Amino acid sequence: MLHRDTVISDIAVHKPKVMAGIFAAAFVIFTLMGLKDTIFGALMAPVIGDPAEAGFSGNAATGLVLAILLTVNIVLIAFLPLRYQIGIVWLQLLLLFLTFFYSFDLKLSFIQTKIWFMITQGLFTTLYISAISIALASGLAIIGAVAKLSSNGFAFAIASFYTSFFRGIPLLMQIYLIYLGLPQLGFVIDAVPAGILALTLCYGAYMTEIFRAGIQSIDKGQWEASRSIGFGFGLTMRRIILPQSMPLIIPPTGNQFIAMLKDSSLVSVIGVWELMFLARTLGNKDFRHMEMLITAAMIYWMLTVCLELIQSRIERHYKSPQH
Amino acid sequence: MTKTVIEMVGVNKWYGDFQALNNINLKVEEGDRIVICGPSGSGKSTLIRTLNYLEAHQEGRITVDGTDLHPRMKNVTQVRTNTGMVFQQFNLFPHMTVLENLMAGPIWVRKLPKAEARAQAMTYLDRVRIPEQADKYPGQLSGGQQQRVAIARSLCMNPKVMLFDEPTSALDPEMVSEVLDTMIGLARDGMTMICVTHEMGFAKAVADRVIFMDQGEIVEENAPKPFFDAPQNSRTKTFLGQILQH
Repeated sequence: MLHRDTVISDIAVHKPKVMAGIFAAAFVIFTLMGLKDTIFGALMAPVIGDPAEAGFSGNAATGLVLAILLTVNIVLIAFLPLRYQIGIVWLQLLLLFLTFFYSFDLKLSFIQTKIWFMITQGLFTTLYISAISIALASGLAIIGAVAKLSSNGFAFAIASFYTSFFRGIPLLMQIYLIYLGLPQLGFVIDAVPAGILALTLCYGAYMTEIFRAGIQSIDKGQWEASRSIGFGFGLTMRRIILPQSMPLIIPPTGNQFIAMLKDSSLVSVIGVWELMFLARTLGNKDFRHMEMLITAAMIYWMLTVCLELIQSRIERHYKSPQH
Repeated sequence: MTKTVIEMVGVNKWYGDFQALNNINLKVEEGDRIVICGPSGSGKSTLIRTLNYLEAHQEGRITVDGTDLHPRMKNVTQVRTNTGMVFQQFNLFPHMTVLENLMAGPIWVRKLPKAEARAQAMTYLDRVRIPEQADKYPGQLSGGQQQRVAIARSLCMNPKVMLFDEPTSALDPEMVSEVLDTMIGLARDGMTMICVTHEMGFAKAVADRVIFMDQGEIVEENAPKPFFDAPQNSRTKTFLGQILQH
């Protein structure tokens, strides 16, 4: 949280001028959007008559009602305590989203028939590919970070070449290069291992930098104290340096994991049956693309929310009394 | 017969063009209590840090308990566990409890069984008079308590010589004496120690030799009484005049 001042300023949205401004802007924008032919227009039918024949006044009336609703809504929410404000705004944005999706005329029964397969096959594949990749990438990142910090010319050169290359090339291209390139060398590789390898190498390169920064942030006195009680390099790293850099490494690593979860969708291009692949193929036969894409999007989102919760748990764990 | 623990012969060290140590000759025997003082930048910290090879010297010879210090030595662990180092900034491990700090070396380096390491740690915590803080984290202790834990951590490795690098310089004034008392106690028990400090009262009370350094050289070396009462070198006189006038 930002470090807040103790002086409290007036709530902006309780100033008549500000609210008048918001109301006017909302009215103009809503009117110009021409909402009479949408679900809002349909709801307004008792007032404006048949939306199709209502003309500009229909748009204006719909815009006016929506602008009033929005303004009153904002004023009322501003009175509530912080926690309720957050909850209600979340809920309203979610409802807006659902309305948006609803307007696509989705066929829910179609989703129902496919969703189970999407979860057991797609979600499961996405999860295990991401989990294996992030675990391997973390191991690679520790090695890479130590190599980048070492005074060994070979180690530094190899590590910096690695991070430069894999951070400098689109992940999609890396997936193709590995899947199509390795067989040229005589290694025929399946789609799943190829995907895992590409994700590992790419995220290992990003995480090398995260681990390097984490290790570098530890005071040199810790190294000296550790050495002076006889710890060698391995013990110092394992017992002293890495445990202390964890609180710095975990938040960005969590971000990387969330990013990877979604980037794993790129693996669908080589035919791995993960979420994205299923989202694109399951709806093909019935021309129900939107249903499947939105379902997959929702699953990704839920998953990300879960991961964010887990991440904040871990961060809290590392903020125990010693810090 | 006393045994030589540390010997420095013609030691020189440079940081780039800057000469940090200039022809240092020093012999420390078992039971010696040596205080090193001097203005900042005079090389006293560098000197003490070369003794457990946290810093490498470039010329001359340093022997610690019979082991020659050089970049390719294989038994650096032995040298470092034989020399207990206490730092100005304590450098306790913040992610471990006090007890874990004390047990780390004995368990992972000396391969002591856990129960034995714990018993030994408690003995030394008793000795620095803070056994009740055993399960706290360093961040929860005062500076003086942290420094006493750091001393206990070094003692847990059963060193042959204790090195103190300005152990009270980072402390609030009211905490200096609790650390000095601990060090005086160690000296009484016959511990060999080399101490970089500006605490002249401590030097008078326990040192059997005081060394004054300036610009990387040992300028004057004498027993505390003649050192303070009748300093020979003009640089020593100026320095003592500056720090004793208050």
